[in-house]
Amino acid sequence: MFQFIIRRILQTIPVLIGVSIIVFSMMHLVPGDPAQVIAGEGAPQEQIDNIRERLGLNDPLPKQYLDYVTNAVQGDLGTSMRSGRDVSSEIGARFWVTVELAFYSTVLAVFVGLIVGIISATRKYSAIDTTLMLIALFGLSMPNFWLGLMLIQWFAIGIDLPSWVPFFSNTAWFSPSGWGSFSQIVLPVITLGTSSAAIIARMTRSSMLDVIGQDYIRTARAKGVKEQIVIYRHALKNALIPIVTVVGLQFGGLLGGAVLTESVFAVNGMGKLIIDSIQARDFPVVQGTILVASLLFVFVNLVVDVAYRLLNKRIDLD
Amino acid sequence: MTGAPDTSYDNILEIKNLQTSFFTKDLEVKAVDGVSFSIPKGKVLGVVGESGSGKSITSLSILRLIEEPGKVKGGEILFKGENLLDKSEAQMRKIRGNEISMIFQEPMTSLNPTFTVGQQIGESFRIHQGLSKKEAKKKSVDMLKLVGIPSPEKRVDQYPFELSGGMRQRVMIAIALACNPDLLIADEPTTALDVTIQAQILDLMKELQEKLDMGILLITHDLGVVAETCDYVAVMYCGKVVEFTDKKTLFTEPKHPYTVGLMESIPQYDQDIEGDLAVIKGSVPSPADMPKGCRFAPRCPFATDLCRNKLPDLETDEDGNQIRCWIYSDEWDGDPEVNVYERSESTS
Repeated sequence: MFQFIIRRILQTIPVLIGVSIIVFSMMHLVPGDPAQVIAGEGAPQEQIDNIRERLGLNDPLPKQYLDYVTNAVQGDLGTSMRSGRDVSSEIGARFWVTVELAFYSTVLAVFVGLIVGIISATRKYSAIDTTLMLIALFGLSMPNFWLGLMLIQWFAIGIDLPSWVPFFSNTAWFSPSGWGSFSQIVLPVITLGTSSAAIIARMTRSSMLDVIGQDYIRTARAKGVKEQIVIYRHALKNALIPIVTVVGLQFGGLLGGAVLTESVFAVNGMGKLIIDSIQARDFPVVQGTILVASLLFVFVNLVVDVAYRLLNKRIDLD
Repeated sequence: MTGAPDTSYDNILEIKNLQTSFFTKDLEVKAVDGVSFSIPKGKVLGVVGESGSGKSITSLSILRLIEEPGKVKGGEILFKGENLLDKSEAQMRKIRGNEISMIFQEPMTSLNPTFTVGQQIGESFRIHQGLSKKEAKKKSVDMLKLVGIPSPEKRVDQYPFELSGGMRQRVMIAIALACNPDLLIADEPTTALDVTIQAQILDLMKELQEKLDMGILLITHDLGVVAETCDYVAVMYCGKVVEFTDKKTLFTEPKHPYTVGLMESIPQYDQDIEGDLAVIKGSVPSPADMPKGCRFAPRCPFATDLCRNKLPDLETDEDGNQIRCWIYSDEWDGDPEVNVYERSESTS
């Protein structure tokens, strides 16, 4: 197992090199001169040239890339062109905000998705099943920026309730922006987690249906095992194997989804940082953020692979 | 778990007029249609028939493991004199795996791939005898020893994929026999295994059956297996028992033309290799489109108008053997001298 983890970490190196090359070239291919942006509109040519020189923008591209990578492996991701601060410290605090957002959303999605999927699978073709899967389809098809706006409208700005409703006069229960307190966390997490919950629910349903039809489930029943234990122990453990894959991929997707969600809810995380930096052509920050995000994604996939090993004994990783 | 022997019943299992159907939107498919047979205490009953004759559905009906859209519609299943169809689900759970156990056709897929062999055997002890994990594991090792698995202490912690097909079927037998059942239902236990392993598994079952004095319901389509293991045989065709006899009579004087056909379709070592293999002409009718009269009539070389229009009853003769065929009744309208053994001549 230990050997496997080491090998798996080494395998991430080419992935990260690939990512850094792609990101690096992308920023240089899009039109727009960062030196111009930093100097500001109408700055004298001399000042722009100075900035270009200072940032090494006049060097050939391969040299710029190599300089960047050499510094990056030493933990120096460059300096933000906008704020003049280290990119690593720009990312620092925001990194955990995004990780928290993605993590809570995943927890919500897994929790809701598994429950809905199992209920649907054990009552297949019933009215409950049909209703739940219809809701899941809605959740899946809804763009999350729109869902975010609707949630703000309904539960942050709020809707006035008729006077006969006890305790509440309106539905402004949660905060529409920021990150930290419970009331700030609820809406972004729901916004980001909904589509994943829907995907996990559908995946769980089909995976459970597949497993419930297997011979070993009949064996368990013939042994006199209680139906709940048949479902939650014998079936779920097998059904989880494909679900774990989906959860891992979803987590990566959530990092991307966080870009929109953070913008809608003004959450100061990595997603918002990327958007702001792209708009300002602050490419050291864009590069650094994407690099850190891919590192995170690769790490999550490592965790998924290890979880696989624990669930499916047939996969021998060593 | 079994108390003082209850002598109020002679048959460990007695099935009377069992009916199991599968329902689609506008169709009822009668998979098992009025099956009756019984298994005396400590004896082995073979149930023989082609695919689709209702053998497996009968066995699943006994344990009440028929799933939607199937349903046991009627009849009685008397186990130790008590009707299983009257039991609650909780009472059935106490019987499953404890008093009646079942082993299945496919050892490769009948074990859960995510649990160790020991966990799967031990589960029976934990459910039915309330043993701790540790005790259950110890008894699982004993069971593995009983079914002849070498180095059981090592095997107990292995997963099914680490075992061969024959080993897995032994594990299935260990699970089934864990709680000393009074009745073992074996649904084609050797079909998926190669011939040498088949013989080993059958010997093992026979040996354990004598040791533990349990009744066995052995479902098979292999008459060789019947010859080796059974005391009695029920031949099923299209959801009905067509012949029920002791094993010796079945092989020396089969009565039903279907049984005779089955016997003749076994290739003989001294058979003329130039000739075709004997077959029963035609194929099993679809359950949705059953013949009106005797279900075997469309394929039977002796069928008359009577056979085609009226279903014969299962008649019991003085030896206790049962037959469902017009040829042996007073109403027979065909050749009174008919000899079912001359089938091959009368069809060629």
